[in-house]
Amino acid sequence: MTEAGGSSPLVKLEAVNKHFGTLHVLRDIELSVARGEVVVVIGPSGGGKSTLCRVINRLETIDSGGITFDGQALPAEGKALAKLRSEVGMVFQSFNLFSHKTILENVTLGPIKVRGIARQQAEQRGLELLERVGIASQAAKYPAQLSGGQQQRVAIARALAMDPKMILFDEPTSALDPEMVQEVLDVMVGLASDGMTMLVVTHEMGFARRAADRVVFMADGQIVEESAPEEFFTQPKSDRARDFLSKILTH
Amino acid sequence: MDDLIEYAPDLAAGFLVNVKIALVCAVISLVLGTVLVSFRVSPTPVLRAAGTVYVNVVRNTPLTLVLAFSALGLSDTIGLTFSDEPSTNGFWLVVLGLSAYTATFVGEALRSGINTVPLGQAEAARAIGLTFLQSLRLIILPQAFRAVVAPLGSVMIAMIKNTTVALAAGYLADSAFVMKDTFDDTGVSIPIFIGLVLAFMAVTLPVGFFTGWLSRRLAVVR
Ligand SMILES: Nc1ncnc2c1ncn2[C@@H]1O[C@H](COP(=O)(O)OP(=O)(O)O)[C@@H](O)[C@H]1O
Ligand SMILES: [Mg+2]
Repeated sequence: MTEAGGSSPLVKLEAVNKHFGTLHVLRDIELSVARGEVVVVIGPSGGGKSTLCRVINRLETIDSGGITFDGQALPAEGKALAKLRSEVGMVFQSFNLFSHKTILENVTLGPIKVRGIARQQAEQRGLELLERVGIASQAAKYPAQLSGGQQQRVAIARALAMDPKMILFDEPTSALDPEMVQEVLDVMVGLASDGMTMLVVTHEMGFARRAADRVVFMADGQIVEESAPEEFFTQPKSDRARDFLSKILTH
Repeated sequence: MDDLIEYAPDLAAGFLVNVKIALVCAVISLVLGTVLVSFRVSPTPVLRAAGTVYVNVVRNTPLTLVLAFSALGLSDTIGLTFSDEPSTNGFWLVVLGLSAYTATFVGEALRSGINTVPLGQAEAARAIGLTFLQSLRLIILPQAFRAVVAPLGSVMIAMIKNTTVALAAGYLADSAFVMKDTFDDTGVSIPIFIGLVLAFMAVTLPVGFFTGWLSRRLAVVR
């Protein structure tokens, strides 16, 4: 999928700062994600990883610095902002499927209401996507009737239904029972090998090793180090990263 | 008992007025209440403030005063008339006042319903590119409504009973007016009194049962 402008980064954050009250959650963040690249963000809890995801589709505003997506500065509000969000998929830790809608409706709502695609066409595509994530047989059910792993796969299908240029994943497997983690990671690895641009907050080293092009280690609102996955896990450069890895490796 | 039978046609006609007011008010107050709560959760500060002021002023004003304002203030002073026919005009003035009043309770019930909808629902809606109004209409309000069907039933029951204050806006022969009028002729008649209470209960009890049943049926499972 090399298009015009394929060499420029899809997302670029420059000197981004963000506070919550007096808490400085993002400190001079510099980060680019190239088209088709898979970046894993890892780091201790409270380090600002979720906030980093959320500023990219402007679920949170920033205090200073700049963010461009596909060469354009992020729009501040209105139709342009809604359009940007429709091009950036987001998968949340807690799934956030629409509770009062069926699985199929969850996947077709965006295409129908945001993109204006005809219902029949949206449903056909929705079923294909549900097939791809292995949930097609559950299309008529409601989210609460599915397991966590199934719900998260539906959430991925919902994001895909918008034909996003990029998908943000905020700890997509942290709320899952251990036996369901793999089924979600498998779908994500599939997306990565299909060339989807992804920013993934996760502590799943297996995923990082298999699918990531780059690992970004974040702590206290700062990007402490960036490396290739194998290098990061075997020879971390910073003390913070070494300390963090020793904690997640021993457990 | 004889009094009840003799005056039954007048009372029934009066009661029909109450039912008509209630039906129209139910529709208007639900619509207006939804608009009000949309104002109150809007990202636009001016709309939020307008919604808050409206709810707090109207909800805390006695209904008789709201209706008197609707009749005297809007009708007599400003000259707002719906019809040359006094009873028709009175009907719509009552509907206006009672709907404006009931809508504040509908709006507050809905607002508590919105508070039961997890924040993640709105975030997911925004994240797929729905605008604020689309998220509200397609995701938030449908779930909020389902959470407050039973309280909305109580609001509707209160509204149905409040139709008996109709004569505060004048010119309108509802059942309470007919009853008082009749008592002027006959003296207080217990059968008439009980008959009217039963007539109201025949309407309000089913509303309560129906909304209770509906709220269990529509409950959103999370
Ligand atoms: N909406 C918010 N209001 C105030 N503080 C917040 C908000 N969201 C996050 N924070 C704080 O910002 C810091 C970074 O949070 P977050 O980005 O969620 O970190 P991470 O995802 O790495 O755990 C934390 O200390 C958190 O408590
Ligand atoms: Mg987080």
